Amino acid sequence: MDDNNHRVRLPMRARLAATVGGAAATVSRLAGRDGSVIGGIIGLRLQPDLLSLLAQGRRIVLVTGTNGKTTTTRLISAALNALGQEIASNVYGANMEAGLTAALSRAPDAPIAVLETDEKYIPAMVKATRPKVVVLLNLSRDQMDRAAEIWLLARRWREALADAPGCRVVANADDPLVAWAAAAARQVTWVAAGQRWRDDSWCCPHCGAHLEREGDDWSCRECANRRPPVSWVLTGDHVIDPSGRARPLELALPGRANRSNAVVALAVADAFGVTITQALCELRAVTSVAGRYTQVRRRGCEIRLLLAKNPAGWLEALDVLAPPPVPVLLAVNAQGPDGRDTSWLWDVDYRRLRDRAVLVGGERKLDLAVRLEADEVPFRLVNDIDEAIDAAGAPRLEVLANYTAFQQYRAVLGRTD
Amino acid sequence: MRPLRLVWIYPDLLSTYGDRGNVLVLERRARLRGLPVGVTEVNSDQPVPRDGDIYLMGGGEDLPQTLATRRLRADGGLHEAAERGAVIFAVCAGYQMLGATFGGADDAPVPGLGLLDIHSGRGERRAVGEIVADADPALNVPRLTGFENHQGVTRLGPRARPLARTTLGVGNGDGTEGAYSGRVLGTYLHGPALVRNPGLADLLLSWAAGPLPPLPPQAEELAQRLRGERLAAATQQ
Repeated sequence: MDDNNHRVRLPMRARLAATVGGAAATVSRLAGRDGSVIGGIIGLRLQPDLLSLLAQGRRIVLVTGTNGKTTTTRLISAALNALGQEIASNVYGANMEAGLTAALSRAPDAPIAVLETDEKYIPAMVKATRPKVVVLLNLSRDQMDRAAEIWLLARRWREALADAPGCRVVANADDPLVAWAAAAARQVTWVAAGQRWRDDSWCCPHCGAHLEREGDDWSCRECANRRPPVSWVLTGDHVIDPSGRARPLELALPGRANRSNAVVALAVADAFGVTITQALCELRAVTSVAGRYTQVRRRGCEIRLLLAKNPAGWLEALDVLAPPPVPVLLAVNAQGPDGRDTSWLWDVDYRRLRDRAVLVGGERKLDLAVRLEADEVPFRLVNDIDEAIDAAGAPRLEVLANYTAFQQYRAVLGRTD
Repeated sequence: MRPLRLVWIYPDLLSTYGDRGNVLVLERRARLRGLPVGVTEVNSDQPVPRDGDIYLMGGGEDLPQTLATRRLRADGGLHEAAERGAVIFAVCAGYQMLGATFGGADDAPVPGLGLLDIHSGRGERRAVGEIVADADPALNVPRLTGFENHQGVTRLGPRARPLARTTLGVGNGDGTEGAYSGRVLGTYLHGPALVRNPGLADLLLSWAAGPLPPLPPQAEELAQRLRGERLAAATQQ
């Protein structure tokens, strides 16, 4: 089918469902909500297979993993901009069936869609949208009170991808759980995207034996499972493409995790025929993603907001912090979207914060305080962002918060994205 | 003085969510009392040291739980230590492993380590949430507070005593929570269970090192505030 003429005639009822859903989203936005899900919920109520009808004829990319979904979705969309075609995307992170449906309804003529997808929903969404590309970033412990256990999740990905012969998987070869899941697909582009957090992949997902790990390489001592040969490599600030040529990434977004996300985005762009030069140019222009990495000025203090939701995310975020003596505010909540269990705080190593001023906020600040005490990190408890600014008494403040704590600070500081 | 030796069993297989917290709490509370302490992390491809004082086992998914049990049985080190009277503290999947049997991936019973007279299987519903339980008065440990996240149901045999009686949450499934026998103790309070229960941490330390001097109150202040906050929040639910 011609890519530019993807529109399949939707049945009358599906068109109605998409229209009514779109209208509901508009009303929701007028009422001050973001409208990213309600339209999808109503549309699906009227037409349960609306998502697969809306997906027909489009070239779809599904992006999943424990961390980096939202940012990578944004980076892929940016890279594919070089094609000059409309792209549908769930930019606000509504990543379950209703969110995907709403994103496609909002852009009925977009021939391409880049859709962030919740890890649990990958099997159902692969079936419903028949994607051209599925991106698997990483898999690690996250919100255990409501998420599936990760070995189980990897097994479900593996089964779903084995059943999707038309789909290309772009996967991180350095994450043994991801690699094991992706290896079941017919076509895989392997990316050496690195793996900072290793505490969920010391053992072989196939047979359970302790893995041999040296640098980024890994192999099982007891079965044939090993790191696959890679075609894209992140090394320092450079990407090495499949021809072996190295280029500097020079992103505006900070941190190793984002360089890793960018290399994945380049591999996806390549599958769409976008050149690396074009794609890199688009990636470098991305400065902030849904409020993450935003810089805000408040009462003479330059504040940067970092979001991280689980141990692997905190590990990467601690790497991104401006060096001492810039003070840091850490904030943790345990509402539904955060996970109600704060046990994960004990999986993060905070000892490198010993040499700077640390402020502790959020609804579960005592949990974090006891954790920091055990790591002998001096800190001060604060009740809100202004108290943190006063206590810091510095021209800059780095803020690292989990999901709802981040949203609360963002609301106070004003949405700047 | 010979340092107190803490042995963390198989963090590569049994460390689902914050299990390191128990190691850190025991280490800190021993140090604050001037007890020299050393920590050994034993991965599943390494032999379990025979001469540890306190052995810790964390949580895990079904497959890792079965693999870890198989390896510990083959290794024999933990059994030798238990016979010698070492302290064993296990949470969640580790707790189930201590028993005679537990439910594996397909719910078929898997033979456990046989160090505690308990039998575990799979319940109808997953128990997820705050748990509050009153410890066996014989242990002289204050009310337990923690978070549980498991689908196990555990029945105690005559040679194990319940660790506690639940006032909130599910625990073993019959109104009791956890089990102990001699110096082997297990609980469904998952992850860093000792963080909110310093009294339980001190019980384990005293089993290994004898009577303990009290801690200076300021060393306890934050943990006690956290305990109070969580107990108050749980009883308001």
